Amino acid sequence: MKKIAIQLAALVFALVLGSAMLDLDPAPVDLRPAVAAHLEASGVAHPVTAVLLNYRGYDTLLEVAVLLLALFAILAVIPDSQTGRPTPAAPVLQTLARLAVPLMLVTATFLLWAGAFRPGGAFQAGSVLAAALVLLHLTGLLAGWPQPGARLRWGLAAGFLVFLAVAAALLLQGHLLQYPPAWAGLLILCIEFALTLSLGLLLAGLFLFLSRDTEGAP
Amino acid sequence: MSTGLLFALVGAALFPMGVAGLLVQRHLLRRILAFNLMGSGAFLILVGLAQRQDVADPVPQAMVLTGIVVAVAATALALALTRRLYALTGRLELPDVEHD
Amino acid sequence: MSAALAFDLLLAAGLLWSAWQSLSSARLDRAILLFITFGLLLTLAWARLSAPDIGLAEAAIGAGLTGALLLDAYRALKQGSDAQVNR
Repeated sequence: MKKIAIQLAALVFALVLGSAMLDLDPAPVDLRPAVAAHLEASGVAHPVTAVLLNYRGYDTLLEVAVLLLALFAILAVIPDSQTGRPTPAAPVLQTLARLAVPLMLVTATFLLWAGAFRPGGAFQAGSVLAAALVLLHLTGLLAGWPQPGARLRWGLAAGFLVFLAVAAALLLQGHLLQYPPAWAGLLILCIEFALTLSLGLLLAGLFLFLSRDTEGAP
Repeated sequence: MSTGLLFALVGAALFPMGVAGLLVQRHLLRRILAFNLMGSGAFLILVGLAQRQDVADPVPQAMVLTGIVVAVAATALALALTRRLYALTGRLELPDVEHD
Repeated sequence: MSAALAFDLLLAAGLLWSAWQSLSSARLDRAILLFITFGLLLTLAWARLSAPDIGLAEAAIGAGLTGALLLDAYRALKQGSDAQVNR
């Protein structure tokens, strides 16, 4: 009974939402011309990257902080356990993984570099890096991570810390995350490089820390 | 009908579908699935509605890119909590608080 | 009806079908696989919305990493319940 009521309510909600969209007037604010007009001064030539790291850099900074916090919470929640190497996959699969991972690293580097002027950037490069680490783990070539050591901790935090350092340095000039046009390209490249490394480790960490609690168990 | 509006309407169907799934399902993994479908619906609405004239708009696209990464972090945290709950109590459902 | 509109409608139907199936499927492993299918179809939708950036992220994170996390959790929880049954 309750189930049917919920499903009916959801159906009504969907219909109202859909019909409201069909009636909607065109948006009074259009940000596209503003984005295009300031692209020259943003330091990159791809509008999405410009929005992510320049116009709305604040959002991205907080997003990396959220990701870091989520990983802290996961580390706090999962129990301490002996981490074991997962059962090794078939040799053919391992060989394929060994071949694929260098190619994935090249892809990640390309995506990072391409982000300045075409689709790509730190997020995509970071997720390819994370996928490479997860692949190594699943084929038994990389053990699940125990509690992170000093080097891993610095790697996980690097993106956030570099971004925060740049933001703080710019704050001294009076504005949060307002890059001087001459320096914008270089600063964004530095931030993106650190972000790629950290996002790759963070996203892989979501998997590698979580999957360790069943390994070694019979 | 423009592509943007069509996919915004798909999002408008997906979001309530996810809400209903979240409320009706008992199994926690299924609830996490429903939560992800809700998120995807919201992303489609955000980008599709901004591109009703089929001109790409980088601002909502960048917002959604941020949203996808935050959604995976939330999913991983929810899965960690689910696994912990299971390890401690052996249950995969939240206990009923009120009996109506 | 143009080919582009036909493709969009087909894609929209596929998205709604896979979402519905992943919510209502009786088997959990099937539900998770259908969710991954949904993520890959959504990647196509982002390409149609001329948002290749989101498409790349959706394929790698939305379908790939979320799918891997869900399947891994499914395997861990299933292992646990098998151990309980055998005990």
